[in-house]
Amino acid sequence: MKKFVVRRLGYSLLSLFLLSLIIFFFVRVTGDPTVLLVEPGASKADLDAIREQFGLDRPLVVQYWHFISSLLRGDFGQSFYYRMPVLDLYLSRLPNSLLLAVAAMTLSLLIGIPTGIIAAVRVNRWWDSAGKIFSLLGLSLPSFWVGLVMILFFSVYLGWLPSSGSGTVLHIIMPAFALGWYFAAAHMRLTRSSMLEVLGSEYVKLARLKGLPEALVITKHAFKNALIPVLTLAGINLVIMVNVAVVVEMVFAWPGVGRLLYEGIAFRDFPVVQAIVLLNGAMIVIVSLLVDILYAVIDPRIRYGR
Amino acid sequence: MNGSRAATLTTGWRFAALRIGDFPLIPTAILVGLALLAIFANVITPYDPEVGTLGDRFRPPFWQAGGSEAHLLGTDHLGRDVLARLIFGARVSIVVGFTAVIFAGVVGTALGILSGYLGGWVDQVIMRITDTWLALPALTFAIFLAAIVGPSQWNVVMILGAVYWTRYARVIRGEVLSLRERDFVRLAIVAGCSKRTIMKNHILPNVLNSAVVLGTLMLGVVVVTEAALSFLGIGVPPPKPAWGLMLADGKKGLMAGYWWLTVLPGCCIMLMVLSANLLGDWLRVKLDPQLRQL
Repeated sequence: MKKFVVRRLGYSLLSLFLLSLIIFFFVRVTGDPTVLLVEPGASKADLDAIREQFGLDRPLVVQYWHFISSLLRGDFGQSFYYRMPVLDLYLSRLPNSLLLAVAAMTLSLLIGIPTGIIAAVRVNRWWDSAGKIFSLLGLSLPSFWVGLVMILFFSVYLGWLPSSGSGTVLHIIMPAFALGWYFAAAHMRLTRSSMLEVLGSEYVKLARLKGLPEALVITKHAFKNALIPVLTLAGINLVIMVNVAVVVEMVFAWPGVGRLLYEGIAFRDFPVVQAIVLLNGAMIVIVSLLVDILYAVIDPRIRYGR
Repeated sequence: MNGSRAATLTTGWRFAALRIGDFPLIPTAILVGLALLAIFANVITPYDPEVGTLGDRFRPPFWQAGGSEAHLLGTDHLGRDVLARLIFGARVSIVVGFTAVIFAGVVGTALGILSGYLGGWVDQVIMRITDTWLALPALTFAIFLAAIVGPSQWNVVMILGAVYWTRYARVIRGEVLSLRERDFVRLAIVAGCSKRTIMKNHILPNVLNSAVVLGTLMLGVVVVTEAALSFLGIGVPPPKPAWGLMLADGKKGLMAGYWWLTVLPGCCIMLMVLSANLLGDWLRVKLDPQLRQL
């Protein structure tokens, strides 16, 4: 177990290192980074000052050292637009993003798990086909379009829900649904296949042979075990939701990290864009590390398998 | 060289077998139809998709009050014909989608083969980079790259290729790992073929099926990502008629109830993505049993 954790931790650190390297590399390889790091419309003197400060005329290794050491000190630079440290800005928006992600996740699990179970129990019947169509639609419709169409119906035509902003429960319904829609389809697919696998296993057959009613076999024996991979995926998806929320947050003017990223692009506020990509990437690396370790604790086979 | 002949034969046979059985006719018809629209866009529509008449702003589709047969699906906030923009939008989506998928496919397949066949430190380096790349959320990464290089149609292609090559590299590497233990590859080694020849003539033809399947499945993902980037204003730049851009424009008229500016481009995206996914699913089962789990 210890060996597994150490090795997995090593991979994660390597991933974080490569992540910073990739970001660093792309900023410098695609043109003069000074232009990106300086406010739009800066003077020649400002440009030179920035070049001096970041040592952009020095060797890349030295530059990278500067970059990574300031990151490790928690210094992600200053936002041009908000005139404050990017990290503070990010942390002030993160709770909103997490709130939206949790709401969307709850919705997607409430839709995905029951439909997935029914599709598995009634496999190859009409309910299963309906589920297949639903999951295909879910995976094919862009979330921001779902959001726009919902605004059209529930805000413009019916006037039931506010079209943008945040604050009340009513505000979160549409963004959560638009964001959770895709994931509901993904969770349904996984619940179905995981449930099918469990239903075919020996202990479920035994439970049936014992004469247990089918409802009990499904709820008590199959359901619990089928849920493990779904919840693992949900853990990682929660972080992914924070990331893909950018378009949904923009559609509904939801004040989360995604909207901050959008503003960063719109105002050419490059330090904000760079910091969000780095922090979100780091979040995914860390969460998948935690999920893997948790999985190894639950299922000893994984510890030795790799 | 015998090995490679046998390999191409199998590939050829498998492609021939495609014609039999439950061919997904409607998705293919939709994709072919969109491709035809894209090719003959100039002939089909009399309107310029980028220039409108300001006097004809926000006209509804012809069946609604105020609409006319002159603009079958209405006009947008600049008085541009929506139908013309949708048809030319198919061109943008297809050009961007296909070139990005091919670009990502070539890079990913090449690196996957190198990684799987050469093994050792090459494999380690490529796979660690792939892992990190996959850890980066695709959309955020694409936004980051777009923010650096600025909006342009070909930049979008490069960005999508740069973001999505890892999907191919992973799968292809896995296939190569099992292929290189097969007899025909061993015989080629005994016959004195160079590593380069083996990878090119013996391995590559055998992984092409998987690459094609993945490519079809990636087409949907790529089209949606392109639409999202254009929607955010960092993809295909205006006034080009990209579906994502049309949605961004449509958002301006949304609160006024101009539904056709939002609903119609979205339906086009959905049709294309849905068709690509259905075709990809079918190809996966037909061409490549190993990918059925995907």
